[in-house]
Amino acid sequence: MTQFSLTEDQLARQGSFRGFVDREVAPLADRHDREQRVDRELVDLLAKEGMLASQIPAELGGRGLDAVSYALLHEEMGRGCSSVRSLLTVHDMVTETVRRFGGPQLRQRWLPQLLSGQALGSFALTEPDTGSDAAALTTRAEPAPDGDGFHLTGVKRWITFGQLADVFLVFARTPRGVSAFLVERDRPGIVVRPVPDMLGTRGSMLAEVELDGCRIPRANLVGGQGRAHPFVVTHALTLGRLSVACGSVGIVRAALDEATSYATARGTLRHQLVQRMIADMVVAGRAGRMLALRAGESIWARSPGAPMAATEAKYFCSRAAADAARDAVQVMGAAGCAPGAPTARLYRDAKVMEIIEGSHEISQSMIGMFRHRDGSLAHG
Amino acid sequence: MSVAVVASIEDIREQARAYLASSLGQPVSDHLDVFAAGLANSLFAAQLVLFVEDRFAVTVEDDELEIASFASVDAVTAFVAGKTGVGGGH
Repeated sequence: MTQFSLTEDQLARQGSFRGFVDREVAPLADRHDREQRVDRELVDLLAKEGMLASQIPAELGGRGLDAVSYALLHEEMGRGCSSVRSLLTVHDMVTETVRRFGGPQLRQRWLPQLLSGQALGSFALTEPDTGSDAAALTTRAEPAPDGDGFHLTGVKRWITFGQLADVFLVFARTPRGVSAFLVERDRPGIVVRPVPDMLGTRGSMLAEVELDGCRIPRANLVGGQGRAHPFVVTHALTLGRLSVACGSVGIVRAALDEATSYATARGTLRHQLVQRMIADMVVAGRAGRMLALRAGESIWARSPGAPMAATEAKYFCSRAAADAARDAVQVMGAAGCAPGAPTARLYRDAKVMEIIEGSHEISQSMIGMFRHRDGSLAHG
Repeated sequence: MSVAVVASIEDIREQARAYLASSLGQPVSDHLDVFAAGLANSLFAAQLVLFVEDRFAVTVEDDELEIASFASVDAVTAFVAGKTGVGGGH
């Protein structure tokens, strides 16, 4: 059951996250956008604050945030800087995959590094010709002739924080189906190239990762051979969609803040057409947060409905973010389009939310084809 | 969702049948591969694993994550029966 108010602990955490983002992240957002990078020092700071892979339980060395607190963290981060939020998203997806599907040795080796920020993880699913359709990916993992491990060959593109990552979770096709591998950046046979000048989340340091016969030991296989699609991919993307949904709510809030302070200063808030745009932002933000919290609770409860709840939340929230950012620019007119205007960045970042972790069209297809059948809207 | 009381293989079958029918919006014959038939997608496969773990209080191990184990009422029934050690109820 989705809760409608925060506990004292959650309120305290929200205040702490908000303060951190206001001090350490939001002031850098325009620089991240302009310079198309995030400093490694910020990654270290996020780790020190327990914000990397904060969903990992305490008994495994993580912070063990509850679903609501996790959602609040990602919302605040999305409000401050979508590029930094995307860093959390992909790193958390990799770490969560190691936690859920990695064997004891893999977990023992990698979880401490991923939680401490010593190793930054990057999720390498997307390919130039197949996008993020795991069923169609073409990167190959050929068994090594000596039987110990695989040789990976293929190209991954638009890999978030690929420029900065220390380890990639690479999805590749073995003779037994799609499999997931942890691939250290310094292995021979990997070339990482920056993919600059994207429309939005320009600080997220996208990369192309070319694998040319890169040898990976069998120990780096995450989950069973051939089991990555759909199980590993869906598990990781479900958490990623929650993060993007929450970050999108953060964008709505940032857009609302910009639009209202400008309209108040200019005296345009008295116009009903401006009020309409502000009202849409407020209501969409609240509705989106409820959907995101509901998805978070489903994921933490390991509810069967979790993957779809996350898809629904991501679909609604990313659309709300795009609408809110567009309206914020509209409220501000030319000032909202100016170089360095936060609204211009929000507008570009929000568009990206409609594409990553499953495009609008993928979400619509999933929800439209399957969700109407189960009576879930009638039953909650 | 509460954990089901599983006394027999028919209990498991009934639970699986009911879940698939309600999720897919239509009754499905026990042997029908819902993925091959285009009634379900990859997201639903992950959902089914969570359903099995949740409803029958079992843990699906990594090496058991075979889509074939979750593709039909018959497959889910056999999988859960194997995990729980429940035999036939007739």
